Amino acid sequence: MMRPYVPKDNVQKRSYYTDRFWVAPKIEEEDVSKDEVFAKDVEALKSRFEIEKAFLQRGQLIVYIDPSLNLEVLRFFKEELQYDMLMELSAVDYLSRSGEFEVFYQLLSLSKRKRARIKCLIKEDQAIESVNPVFRSADWSEREMFDMFGIKVNNHPYFKRILMPEDWVGYPLRKSYPLHGDEAAQWYEIDKIFGKEYREVVGPEIRDAAWVDPKDTENFARYGHEVPKGAPYDSEPMEIESFNEDAPLVETFDLKKSKIVDRDR
Amino acid sequence: MAQHQVNYAASGGLPVALTTVDKLVNWGRSNSLWALTYGLACCAIEMMASGASRYDFDRFGVIFRASPRQADVMIVAGTLTKKHAEFIRRLYDQMAEPKWVISMGSCANTGGMFNTYATVQGVDRVIPVDLYLPGCAPRPETLQYAVMLLQKKIRKQTIFQKQKPKRLV
Repeated sequence: MMRPYVPKDNVQKRSYYTDRFWVAPKIEEEDVSKDEVFAKDVEALKSRFEIEKAFLQRGQLIVYIDPSLNLEVLRFFKEELQYDMLMELSAVDYLSRSGEFEVFYQLLSLSKRKRARIKCLIKEDQAIESVNPVFRSADWSEREMFDMFGIKVNNHPYFKRILMPEDWVGYPLRKSYPLHGDEAAQWYEIDKIFGKEYREVVGPEIRDAAWVDPKDTENFARYGHEVPKGAPYDSEPMEIESFNEDAPLVETFDLKKSKIVDRDR
Repeated sequence: MAQHQVNYAASGGLPVALTTVDKLVNWGRSNSLWALTYGLACCAIEMMASGASRYDFDRFGVIFRASPRQADVMIVAGTLTKKHAEFIRRLYDQMAEPKWVISMGSCANTGGMFNTYATVQGVDRVIPVDLYLPGCAPRPETLQYAVMLLQKKIRKQTIFQKQKPKRLV
């Protein structure tokens, strides 16, 4: 589906900032009866299962079900409704909003050329049944869902973390997980290789890319107070007569004539 | 029987070369730097290009080896993740002395743009680094220059001293 065209004549002038707290408007929910194929599917689904909600968004069917029904509903979708591919499976963290995860299964029907999304809401410590018997592609996706969100999956053939190391603490894709990692994450490699007592030797991670140690005289010179390379930070500054002995065409910089705006920098 | 008397001193062709053991050993070390194949991310593409025929690392005596026991220099090319950190340390420990490390590219130097929970913020947190090579990714010429600088560094070392302790032992 193509995005609707919007004229972009004056884009540069129009917005010079973005609102961090801007909340995207919700995509319009349409009634299932707008699409014949989906209407039939939902009708068949309703005759077998109890579904909470069903609507269309951007031409795709979205069905909310009870989490205990997920395996049966997916089997019904695959075997009766010809949705034969599971494209994607994951979760969305709504813990801060309602204390729940939204698990979704994105299905594709090649014969009908339709996409359907089955969603269910589960509590933080609630486990969900594996859909691996119906769709084999769910195997790794469910492991990733556990790795990133900590959602337990019952009856999974090989249930462990897929991306992060097995002794990792925390679930990185939760909204509450800090981007730079919690303490266990920040010291992970040091703790594992050298042991915790080595933390002081190595020191914390430098996360600010622009950070320069002001006392580093090995790699940087402090402007106006140039000490010899590697000398202590507050030692006597060198007498520098000219900064450009090697470049005769450049005018000699006169420190006394110049005005230093910010001495601290 | 013909008598041949060659006056070596007169012709300047004395078959004796005087040098120091340092120079001799360092000449050998610096001109056959076998590198450990350590491609972790996109820098590995540049490293591979350096090894291939166009840039031809063999000219410098740099031959890539797939075993740490046969390698002298570890070129860490790419992003080091925290999951992998213990293995890079293990491979470094398995390399025979003397050994050197080139940290290639921004990710290996400082973590680069991956300012996230899963990336080691610079390989020097885990292994001692001799040479930091900036760039994202550094071009093959840059890597060649880094190797030449490392050769310079090696030629300055003395062989009889124990290697200076680096930041981490």
